[in-house]
Amino acid sequence: MSEFVNYLLFGWFPYLAVTVMIVGSILRFDTNQYSWRSQSSQFLRRKQMMLGSNLFHLGILVLLGGHLVGLLTPIELFDYVGVSHEFKQLMALIVGGIAGAAAFAGCTLLLHRRLSDPRIRRSSATLDIAVLVLIWLQILLGLSTTYWTIQHVDGREMVNFMAWANGLLTLQPGSANFIIDTHIVYKLHIILGLLLFLITPFTRLVHVFSAPIWYLFRPGYQIVRTRRGKGVPPRATEPFGGAPAYTAGPATDRAFIEEVQ
Amino acid sequence: MKIRAQIPMVLNLDKCIGCHTCSITCKNVWTNREGVEYAWFNNVESKPGIGYPKDWENQERWNGGWHRRSNGRIEPKLGSKWRILSKIFANPSLPEIDDFYEPYTFDYEWLHKAPELKAQPTARPRSLLTGENLKKIEWSGNWEDMLGGEFAKRSEDYNFTGVEKEIYGEFEKTFLMYLPRLCEHCLNPTCLAACPSGAIYKRDEDGIVLIDQEKCRGWRMCVSACPYKKIYYNWASGKSEKCIFCYPRIETGQPTVCSETCVGRIRYLGVVLYDADRVEEAASVEDPKDLYPSQLSLFLDPNDPEVQKQARIDGIPEAWIQAAQRSPVYKMAVEWKVAFPLHPEYRTLPMVWYVPPLSPIQSAAEAGKISERDGMPDVRSLRIPLKYLANLLTAGDEAPIAVGLERMLAMRAYMRGKRVHGVEDESIAERVGLTGATIDEMYRIMALAAYEDRYVIPTTHREFEEDAYVLRGAGGFGFREVTEGRTASLFGGKKAQPGKPVKREAM
Repeated sequence: MSEFVNYLLFGWFPYLAVTVMIVGSILRFDTNQYSWRSQSSQFLRRKQMMLGSNLFHLGILVLLGGHLVGLLTPIELFDYVGVSHEFKQLMALIVGGIAGAAAFAGCTLLLHRRLSDPRIRRSSATLDIAVLVLIWLQILLGLSTTYWTIQHVDGREMVNFMAWANGLLTLQPGSANFIIDTHIVYKLHIILGLLLFLITPFTRLVHVFSAPIWYLFRPGYQIVRTRRGKGVPPRATEPFGGAPAYTAGPATDRAFIEEVQ
Repeated sequence: MKIRAQIPMVLNLDKCIGCHTCSITCKNVWTNREGVEYAWFNNVESKPGIGYPKDWENQERWNGGWHRRSNGRIEPKLGSKWRILSKIFANPSLPEIDDFYEPYTFDYEWLHKAPELKAQPTARPRSLLTGENLKKIEWSGNWEDMLGGEFAKRSEDYNFTGVEKEIYGEFEKTFLMYLPRLCEHCLNPTCLAACPSGAIYKRDEDGIVLIDQEKCRGWRMCVSACPYKKIYYNWASGKSEKCIFCYPRIETGQPTVCSETCVGRIRYLGVVLYDADRVEEAASVEDPKDLYPSQLSLFLDPNDPEVQKQARIDGIPEAWIQAAQRSPVYKMAVEWKVAFPLHPEYRTLPMVWYVPPLSPIQSAAEAGKISERDGMPDVRSLRIPLKYLANLLTAGDEAPIAVGLERMLAMRAYMRGKRVHGVEDESIAERVGLTGATIDEMYRIMALAAYEDRYVIPTTHREFEEDAYVLRGAGGFGFREVTEGRTASLFGGKKAQPGKPVKREAM
């Protein structure tokens, strides 16, 4: 691969993909929250969902967390706490292998269900199917990299990837060169992953950002909304009788107070 | 004590003729859209029957409502918060659309587009989910109407618990009643408690429970958590939807569409004041049979000056306090005790109450088929088993239902005496713990049921609660309002407002 193409794909594209993901998601959330949802199809067909969805989601969450921690943590930190590269590589292989297998099995079930069941198929947007196919391919690529990984269990290649990701994160020019000589399978896996980042704001994948973890910390169970005491400007004190008052600021005019009990 | 107001509904099942007008008008207004074809915010069930969705009353299966733990605290039957979150990827307690029914239409167009054929063209049923023709429609929202289907299947009805149901399978012993159902707008809603997004909320001003469509992420826990199965997942929009108690109408003092169009005039709307601080306590009593009285104890007497004083402190408008004094709902539920909550054992403290049906008893009694006690038919030997009604309305406690039915019988006996024989027999009223004057009022509200007696709805004083000035020119109804009242936007920053008055020192 020429250095230029390598630089485009692994030096520039990551920034583009992550920028589109972040900015695009914020825009969508701001302008059209009604479209922000998980779009579950369990209600239309329960079959294959219990096994497929649980396997897929649990697997993919472990993989996502593993990749984030594994790639973005500074290499020095691992060295400092005494985690050897060999050990880290082994852990990545074992944990990633198990999670990857689970996610792949789950994703296959979900994909089969989406394509073969007329109810789901007909109610799917093109992007719903595209996303699932891309993720399926991505897990397949990720799993197939193990074949090349076990040929260098000393973690040599892994360190290269870490250097690349660390470099991108800290805005080091030329980080792309760290992975210029790696096998094409790894490169495809990276490109497809970045592509998934890129299309996130245009698909149902945005529901990842809404994972309702904070529900666990919500005090009590009930929520009551009141408008009382909110957004009602003191008209009587305005110098111009009957004129609109803007005291509360326009963005709060339709606001409400949420009380938890 | 923190007083809140709610506009609950009472349905007088004694007068329901099962015409489904409420369902149809509601459907045409709120759920004639893609994704909710199968959803009926209001539906009417023929009882006994397994209802819509199938077997909805079986909480062992659907895990709706609340569960009282051994330490006396309640939590959703689905489990604690982390248990609910653990089901987020696939919810084992979620019904499938087939538990409601597969929505369908008919190929009407074929009737006038068909070429010359040997046989008459027919409008075949077509699924609205797949677009394919259906061989046979197997189930629908109202499949068991008028006791349709065999008794063996209908008798799966959960309310037959403790009733010797085999007897009621015989033709001459069978019974029928109607149960119109809508969202209960509970004081202690489980749907709300189980929503991981916090999108469901209860309105402070009128108690209506709504789903914030912008905030809903479609985790669909509410569908399982609601024991009445009155939350509907819109498979097209990916959001949950529910009965909104026609809040745009309620706010302007009009009854809900289902109430307005009820030809039997069975529905009542009125303000009830309740103690919001004691809701959890009332929902946590140990014996399910105590839930009906404990919910009653939450409702406050609007004629009590102390209650009125506290209500004013808690910001309840004067018009609402006055409306509460004339509330037909308060009278039927609290003063006369002829209305009861639907399945109080779910611990949601529902706010749509029902007057149990009486007519079948009365007609059987007149035919001399059941025993009479003191000149009035004995409600305990009746055509609709008392136990069945108790399972439906009081968690199985027959005594309050018996009192309610006796009072309604007494009303008939007393009014017949008064109108036909010209005798005001005060002893009839006394026997059921009422006075002649009370029975006169019961008669006016329950039998005559004039429009202004059925619906006592104060308007919501929005002018005190939000600045309506900025709302003018907004998009109006719809899920995507153009401005949503905001003038700030991510694109282009804060909008310039040249018309805004310049700040000046007051003269």
